[in-house]
Amino acid sequence: MKNELFPWLILFLPLLSVAVITLFTLRSKTVSSLISIGAVAAGFVLTCLFVNANGIHFSGESSVNWLTIGGLNVDFGLKLDALSMMMLFVVTGVGGLIHIYSYSYMDEDAGKARFFAFLSLFTFSMLGIVLANNFLMTFIFWELVGVSSYLLIGFWFEKPSAGDAAKKAFITNRLGDFGFLAGILMVWGLLGSLNFSVLQNAMVSNPAALGASATIAGLLVFCGAAGKSAQFPLHVWLPDAMEGPTPVSALIHAATMVAAGVYMLCRTLFLYNADALHVIAYIGGFTALLAALMAVQQNDIKRIIAYSTLSQLGYMVMAVGLSGPTPAMFHLTTHAFFKALLFLAAGSVIIGMHHEQDIWHMGGLKKKMPVTFWTFTIGALALSGIPPFAGFYSKDSILAQCLEQKNYLLFAVAVFVAGLTAFYTFRLFFVVFLGKEKTDHAKHAHESPLIITAPLVILAIFATIGGFIGITNNYGSQFAADHETLSLAQQLLEPLKTPMPMFIGIGVALAGIFLAFSFYKNAATDPLPKKLGGLATAMKNKFYFDELYEATFIRFHDFLAAVADWIDRWILEGAIIGAIRGGTDLSGRALRLAQTGNLQTYAFLFVLGVALLLYFVLGK
Amino acid sequence: MHVGLHHYLFVSFMLFSLGLLGVIMRRNLLVIYMSLELMLNAANLALVSFSRFNNKLDGQVLVFFIITVAAAEVAVGLALIVALYRKRQSAHVEDLTSMKL
Repeated sequence: MKNELFPWLILFLPLLSVAVITLFTLRSKTVSSLISIGAVAAGFVLTCLFVNANGIHFSGESSVNWLTIGGLNVDFGLKLDALSMMMLFVVTGVGGLIHIYSYSYMDEDAGKARFFAFLSLFTFSMLGIVLANNFLMTFIFWELVGVSSYLLIGFWFEKPSAGDAAKKAFITNRLGDFGFLAGILMVWGLLGSLNFSVLQNAMVSNPAALGASATIAGLLVFCGAAGKSAQFPLHVWLPDAMEGPTPVSALIHAATMVAAGVYMLCRTLFLYNADALHVIAYIGGFTALLAALMAVQQNDIKRIIAYSTLSQLGYMVMAVGLSGPTPAMFHLTTHAFFKALLFLAAGSVIIGMHHEQDIWHMGGLKKKMPVTFWTFTIGALALSGIPPFAGFYSKDSILAQCLEQKNYLLFAVAVFVAGLTAFYTFRLFFVVFLGKEKTDHAKHAHESPLIITAPLVILAIFATIGGFIGITNNYGSQFAADHETLSLAQQLLEPLKTPMPMFIGIGVALAGIFLAFSFYKNAATDPLPKKLGGLATAMKNKFYFDELYEATFIRFHDFLAAVADWIDRWILEGAIIGAIRGGTDLSGRALRLAQTGNLQTYAFLFVLGVALLLYFVLGK
Repeated sequence: MHVGLHHYLFVSFMLFSLGLLGVIMRRNLLVIYMSLELMLNAANLALVSFSRFNNKLDGQVLVFFIITVAAAEVAVGLALIVALYRKRQSAHVEDLTSMKL
């Protein structure tokens, strides 16, 4: 391996940045933000240099022994192959653009230095997951991502809603992580190693190595992914995570946190047997459908995009479940481009609108914010799957994967969700950017500065060309040895190989856009609630999942907590501790009677003691 | 009748016991104090007798120390008793139980 030091630098530079910022430069906003941006930018450059030196189809590990406990031998190691190197590009590249964008977005915030320290911590954790070569390292960085997301979502902690959202995200993730840890322990117990390469070899040489518990082990590990990638039923934290600053939403939703789950699934694909994959596929499909339906009736610009993230994650997980890691990672990468773009553009709109987020207070922003408008349009087209934008290619590959696996139910779901996606995206698009200005804020909106729009333009370029610049080639070689490398022209025409999903995909996307156009062109209020009635209310209220969890799990948990409180208060503290304390007190009171305070009593007892001693020493 | 060591020791023992009895039984602080002195002198007597009968001077030397210390002790102790009497108008041990909770 050439330049073996580079991946270590890529991983630890952001951590160094956290240390320097929190220890030395917390008082200077500018220096802190430049250090943080510098760390991630250096990571991107080093990634380019490393890939340039070794080639993308390279595969290797660089590790040092970390700890040995009995039979457990854990390395601190970096796994470098096409999968992790592509993810390095996504994390440092898209993440870097978000860092640059934050420089301006957070400029007026008093906690800017702290914000950048957290961003660096987040980047470090995510890079750790990407580079980890064993389950234990993955798990540690997994938890670090959880902690740093908690810090970032709750960045504006003086708002109670932000604090609650941060807690919700952390606790929901912990639920998934519990399963993840159990899964890791199970795999270690059955296969005796935590190293991915060793595990993979063990599974390849003996596919039945996990025995009867293969499905359970696979699904437990999937629990972790379901938490981080916000799959049903652990999806509830993601929309609330919108309480964080907009760059954080972009980072969590595009380049890092939610990608971690799908990435981990692809990294450990060898673990899952057919049954586990089946469950994973259906959970993914169900999440995609559920989230798309919820998105249709949201009115907060960031929440709509958040639900679309959920829905797209459902696609990716479904693709993994249908034994298609290449389409999943392809969609993850293009999604990172256009979702970061959409979030950052939404952030630009929010700044322009003086922190207004309700889309029904916007309108007519096309003329006021031309750069934001055009880049958002590209993002929306990519998300809807219109050729030749990136989302079209990746979504098409997932649709094709459904057909290839002959899973027509999931194909139908995926097609329906594709239509919904186009519908809600362009609902947002028409209401925010076209039509009349609905409030004074919208009339006085203004374009954001260059440092905000420049990342938008760069991301827009990748959201346009991301579908045919060789991303599938890189991932394909990772997952299938016989994957043929396609030229640029071949990639452009790749969807034509399976025309059916392509035409259906484009058709429903166009239908969705047309429906959105007919409903929301010039609409001042939402016409859907009248048409759909109760269904619209249910969609708007996220199908009452929060209320359902509130009434069941949280109520049950409160009940358990009350029982534990009662046991603690009355049995532990009241009976046991009370008895010990009372006993000590009583014996103290009894012994106190012996203390008369009279000098002569003491003198008498003293003499008695001396006499006894003399008797024992001399008398015997 | 020949007077031997054990005669002296017996007197010393009697003096010591009388002093001890005084310390335990008597109520007046001054009397207790005098009883204490009696015990000290009982010890002195024993030391002197040992010294005399064993032909060694160590005991005599120790007696001088005890007499010196006892003199100092009397000065301090009497001052304390006088101060206590002024404060409490009493020199009886039953009245001095304020250390009890």
